[in-house]
Amino acid sequence: MTIPPGTTTATARRGWPLWEVFVRARRGLSHQHLGSLHAPDAAMALRNARDVYTRRGEGVSIWVVPSAAISASSPDEKDSFFEPAMDKAYRHPSFYDVPDGVSHL
Amino acid sequence: MSASTTAVPAGDLVRTAFAGYLLGLADDSLILAQRLGEWVTRAPQIEEDIALANIALDLLGQARTLLACAGKVEGLGRDEDDLAFLRDEREFRNVQLVEIPNGDFAVTMARQLIFSGYQYELYRALLTSTDPMLAGLAAKAVKEVAYHRDHAVQWVRRLGDGTDESHTRMQTGLDHTWPYVEELFERAPGVAALPRIAADPASLRPAWDSFIGTVIAEATLTIPQPTWRARGGRAGYHTEYLGHLLPEMQYLHRAHPGASW
Repeated sequence: MTIPPGTTTATARRGWPLWEVFVRARRGLSHQHLGSLHAPDAAMALRNARDVYTRRGEGVSIWVVPSAAISASSPDEKDSFFEPAMDKAYRHPSFYDVPDGVSHL
Repeated sequence: MSASTTAVPAGDLVRTAFAGYLLGLADDSLILAQRLGEWVTRAPQIEEDIALANIALDLLGQARTLLACAGKVEGLGRDEDDLAFLRDEREFRNVQLVEIPNGDFAVTMARQLIFSGYQYELYRALLTSTDPMLAGLAAKAVKEVAYHRDHAVQWVRRLGDGTDESHTRMQTGLDHTWPYVEELFERAPGVAALPRIAADPASLRPAWDSFIGTVIAEATLTIPQPTWRARGGRAGYHTEYLGHLLPEMQYLHRAHPGASW
């Protein structure tokens, strides 16, 4: 059985590790993060995700990722990470005329 | 049955046999759905809570289709609600396996393994039934039950091949439920009158044995050798537990006949 990396004996004792669930709604779309759940291992996490997030026919494919495997940016770094992008209008592709017939740009 | 039944035209015999067969299948699903529903808010984790409720709802859907059809075949004007909520204990045709209490999670998983393994083979056989309703139901239900079986297999493997405690409990769960296995594969009264319509339960046994045997071996568990066996559910003889399950299941409908949302 695959015990997800980052699972400490403390979390194992308290309960099952946390998994992030990504579901692809239909062919051609990318997987989207829907939420998280607890499961003892990857195979059970997939099954739990099927039961919790795709009961109403929401998906054609599921990914589960151990939450502990995700590195997230810190709220403290918000200013240095994201603020500098705000005033650089030339980074947006808004100075072109989009040719007719080009969709999904 | 008395000798006078031979005087009944063959058409009526088949009709009675078919209604009885459908009721047996329906009651298996209905009663197990009620039992699994008892896990809601009590499962080890909320995710498992949802999984068991999903399985219960699949079974309830199968029961509704089968009960509605049984009512039509029977021809006494009883609809699915009448059959589910207004019959008494002796009129239920389910096997005893589905009515026994949930026990701990291992007992429930042992019962799920046994029953969904059986139902999987049953619906596969019914895919080729000459009755269009049964064949249609089987096509839908076989996919549902394949998932129920997989769910049970996952847990039996993990509990059996887990810690000493989980192994002991899983083996105890199998020991507790195994006396109810034989009844599943017993030729029910009336099945002989329904060639190509019904599935002969005995014919489902070899595939079930092979599949369940592999799972139990992988889980490092042992197939129990019970010293007694359940019998009589299809003829209306039940354990004391069904008598406690029915009032809870039927209370609302009997207290408020015809109530709707």
